[in-house]
Amino acid sequence: MAIKKFAVACFDDEEVLFPAVKKVRNSGYKLHDVYTPFPVHGLDHALGHKETDLHVAGFIYGITGTATALGFMGWIFTSDWPMVFGGKPHFSLPAFIPITFELTVLFAAVGMVLTFCYLNQIMPGVKKHVFHPRQTDDLFVMAIELNDHVSEQEVIDFLKSTGAVETNVQVAESDWWYGRWDQEEEYQKA
Amino acid sequence: MHLKYESFVREPLVDGDKTYHQVTEDIVRPIEQKPGRMWYVGFFFSILLLLFGVFSVFWEVYYGIGVWGINRTVGWGWDITNFVWWVGIGHAGTLISAILLLFRQGWRTGVNRAAEAMTIFAVMCAGQFPIFHMGRVWDGFFVLPYPNTRGPLWPNFNSALLWDVFAISTYFTVSLLFWYSGLIPDFATVRDRAKTKLRKRLYGLASFGWTGTAKNWQRHEALSLVLAGLSTPLVLSVHTIVSFDFATSVIPGWHTTIFPPYFVAGAIFSGFAMVQTLLIICRRIMGLEDYITVGHIEAMNKVIVLTGSIVGVAYLTELFMAWYSQVIYEQAAFHWRIMGPYWWSYWAMMTCNVVSPQLFWFKKLRRNIPFTFIMSIVVNIGMWFERFVIIVTSLYRDYLPGSWTYYSPTWPEVGFYLGTFGLFFTCFFLFAKYFPVIAIAEIKFVLKTSGESYKKKMMAIEEKSTEQFAREQAEAHH
Repeated sequence: MAIKKFAVACFDDEEVLFPAVKKVRNSGYKLHDVYTPFPVHGLDHALGHKETDLHVAGFIYGITGTATALGFMGWIFTSDWPMVFGGKPHFSLPAFIPITFELTVLFAAVGMVLTFCYLNQIMPGVKKHVFHPRQTDDLFVMAIELNDHVSEQEVIDFLKSTGAVETNVQVAESDWWYGRWDQEEEYQKA
Repeated sequence: MHLKYESFVREPLVDGDKTYHQVTEDIVRPIEQKPGRMWYVGFFFSILLLLFGVFSVFWEVYYGIGVWGINRTVGWGWDITNFVWWVGIGHAGTLISAILLLFRQGWRTGVNRAAEAMTIFAVMCAGQFPIFHMGRVWDGFFVLPYPNTRGPLWPNFNSALLWDVFAISTYFTVSLLFWYSGLIPDFATVRDRAKTKLRKRLYGLASFGWTGTAKNWQRHEALSLVLAGLSTPLVLSVHTIVSFDFATSVIPGWHTTIFPPYFVAGAIFSGFAMVQTLLIICRRIMGLEDYITVGHIEAMNKVIVLTGSIVGVAYLTELFMAWYSQVIYEQAAFHWRIMGPYWWSYWAMMTCNVVSPQLFWFKKLRRNIPFTFIMSIVVNIGMWFERFVIIVTSLYRDYLPGSWTYYSPTWPEVGFYLGTFGLFFTCFFLFAKYFPVIAIAEIKFVLKTSGESYKKKMMAIEEKSTEQFAREQAEAHH
């Protein structure tokens, strides 16, 4: 939780955004984040993000589901309450496959979505600063963190030179907080 | 790297001269406007149907399952027919959102959101039937394996009916998660352009505080891909397990190994028909002809003719096997299906499912919207009859001629079915008003490769030689 000062640049074309990201990263300014209205392929690599491990988490959840289903049904039908159905063995694996499969999928899907929400820090009631209302519409928005060592004007001029269609300086909360989207925060009123 | 070029020979997925902003405007407009009179009329009638359904179900629960027409011989009637029909309809949504994503079918982007919504509402409708078929519905939770004071006594995990409980509930949950994870960014779009306070607040909640950072999108893509990978076998498993309800029992006409693929094909067949019915109306009323184009409708008609033909082959295979197996009971079952007192349902099924979809081999008819609309309804009538034929005509003349019977539904059964239509359309009308009916972010993602106005710019690339194009691409990316 920290309120910081940002130089914000808006681009209207992903073709312009990519070279701009490259230039900013080479310039040494602190790139806070880039906001896009849709997934722009290659942007994560251009920003130096690693591949996500979300699918690994999904695999682990899935295996947990498999083990839960097989273990539970196996325990019930071999030790907790063994019964004979149609003369088949107590541990009749083929008959357990459908439920095992369903629980694998269920655990993987639910676990992954929860992990996705946790990693992205999203939840009903969560609020984050929106640098430009059109960053979910048609603008690609780049925010650069400002500090005492760089001059505002210098950064803004630099961003303009990279092809930004709109630039400004904003004071914003850099993290998420609980809040209502129809209400302005204290720092925004100033 | 995303492919930046797609041949103009391929039909555009988005018609007209669109910018990213225009896409947002077009799709969010129905949410921000007051709905038209058609919407209110439709919504009102859906609510009426729903209330009638609630009354019919109340009647059944209060007086007991005896108010239905089912009897000792025909234990499964309209209720299970409707259950299988609704579950089947749901399958198209998952096929479009998951299987076509894995197959990289670009045209799915225009229709996936509405189709997935249809899936969720259809599964909600389907679930009602087995629950109220239980009779003593207040004991419905007995199907769940929870530690109870009766031993604990567990459900029979070897039973296809219990597999169904797990399959349907998993299917509903996973479809809902898949659908909603795609909706989060689009809700954020609605939120950020909201003019009224209430809309800002509600869509702020619904969007989970999404802002669209590069890392968030990277995870979103990974999530979508894995959920698609999970949903693909899931959707196949669900109707397979529904078919096991029949195939694992020793009833002539049900006890066949062909059932799983045959049911899955039939499910996709009827589901696509329902997508056509809904989207042909939606695109017209909501002015979305540029996003749900004739090309989309044709693509879905191709799926209909393919799956319709698979279903047709399955019907003929069943007949052949009845003869070839030389099992007299199997032969009798099919003899009564075709020529017994229910002959009309068999021939309705054959006409609607096998004969009429073959007209879609003609390109002119595939691209004819009124014809497609009529066909979509014909197919769904046919698929309803298929389930009726499988269930009722396999049961009504069983082993003892003394217990042969004829089954007709009573008004609470019909009312229950109508009520699920009410539930389905109430949900769909609310969805059409309050949700982005088309996946906004996904359309923007394909806009510059598949939009009509951008396609024209491909002409210059198209005229280049292959070598030159390859060299330029390699240089641009390194």
